[in-house]
Amino acid sequence: MSDQPRILYCHCAFAQVIPKDVKQGVLEQLGAAGIEFDCVPDLCEMSANRDPLLQQIAENPDIRIAACYPRAVHGLFVAAGQPLPLAGPEIINMRTLNAAETMEALMKPREASAGIQIHENEFLETSDVGADRT
Amino acid sequence: MIAPKVTPRVVLYEGDSAAPLESSFRGQLMTKILERGFPVTIARSDRQLGSPGSPGREPRMVLGNFSGKLPPAADSTETAGKPLAEFRDISGLDLEAVLSVVDERLADTIDAPSGKRWKPWFPVIDFSRCTNCMQCLSFCLFDVYGATSDGKIQVQNESNCKTDCPACSRVCPEVAIMFPKYKAGPINGDEISSDDVRREGMKVDISALLGGDIYAMLRDRSAKAQSRFSKERDDERALKERQRCLDKLKTTVGNLDVPAEVLSSLPSFDQIQIKADQARQRAQQALAQQAAQKTQ
Repeated sequence: MSDQPRILYCHCAFAQVIPKDVKQGVLEQLGAAGIEFDCVPDLCEMSANRDPLLQQIAENPDIRIAACYPRAVHGLFVAAGQPLPLAGPEIINMRTLNAAETMEALMKPREASAGIQIHENEFLETSDVGADRT
Repeated sequence: MIAPKVTPRVVLYEGDSAAPLESSFRGQLMTKILERGFPVTIARSDRQLGSPGSPGREPRMVLGNFSGKLPPAADSTETAGKPLAEFRDISGLDLEAVLSVVDERLADTIDAPSGKRWKPWFPVIDFSRCTNCMQCLSFCLFDVYGATSDGKIQVQNESNCKTDCPACSRVCPEVAIMFPKYKAGPINGDEISSDDVRREGMKVDISALLGGDIYAMLRDRSAKAQSRFSKERDDERALKERQRCLDKLKTTVGNLDVPAEVLSSLPSFDQIQIKADQARQRAQQALAQQAAQKTQ
């Protein structure tokens, strides 16, 4: 097992809610960090499209997601019928952190992050209403 | 129902058999590919080049500074001889040339070119707060909401939602409706403060106002307008009256933050009445289903 969880970065297209310099800074610093990571264009779009990639993401509890508010991110996965696990995934909010703070949170060794586990996980009252539409 | 969509992924390979990409070039390339709507993976080992046999695994395009010699993984195939991924050597290419390679191969795999894609604006329900009261279903005139067979609220038609309009979240008495791309909390998914809860509690009254009185107000104004127009049918006057109603509505419900485009594109008063009645009926059916479930 690696020292760090897998990192997923959401580019949050279409809206300026995450400052451009934060997104650019995080992307460049992740690229320069010598690690493997994944980027997606927009989690909202993926949720609306029921993108199968969300299932792959949700199946891996050992992940850090750089996106927006944890409550919203969890909701997007639930809406797609692929709720994130109750324990494990960490969500880093680029709407409130700058690039350096985001990178610090993303690159923390696993032990150091254990204490900041996400209270937002309590959001996950799994509902099957996301996927099975009529 | 929306069919699941598989989007190809672009892998930027910087493993043993490829020279690293220059830092700012990598950053710009990732940004441009993401803006085109494709996921990107930075791979430092062959492991990321694709594991065969995963059902529904997205097609992949692997780009790297291979200096003319593709890595052994380029010869790997999935079952039935299908390549694991398409490899392209981008040694010596500038940003535009690399993007041309991506566009040439993948542009036809997405529904719309970047810049013309639907802005994914739709309500996301926090089911830890939602009580399935169906206020949102009653309120929405655009059939965004529906109910499951057991009477639970469900967002069914995301693309019907009016871009940048968060009105339904403001009628939710439980602060359970989020629009992740909204500018402010708690609608954007930010933590909910006790003030928010108190304010939303007051909205039970406001939502009654919205569920009934806004439409009632529109109906009332419609009746008055019809009465007036029956005496004097004049297009210009009708237009002025409609604008006056909208201005009044904006003043009344200004705090809903409903975009002017949405207000001005509202259907006619009669259509609003029909839609509101239909929505209310569906909400009542869903509540009846919930009640029936409880008694079983």
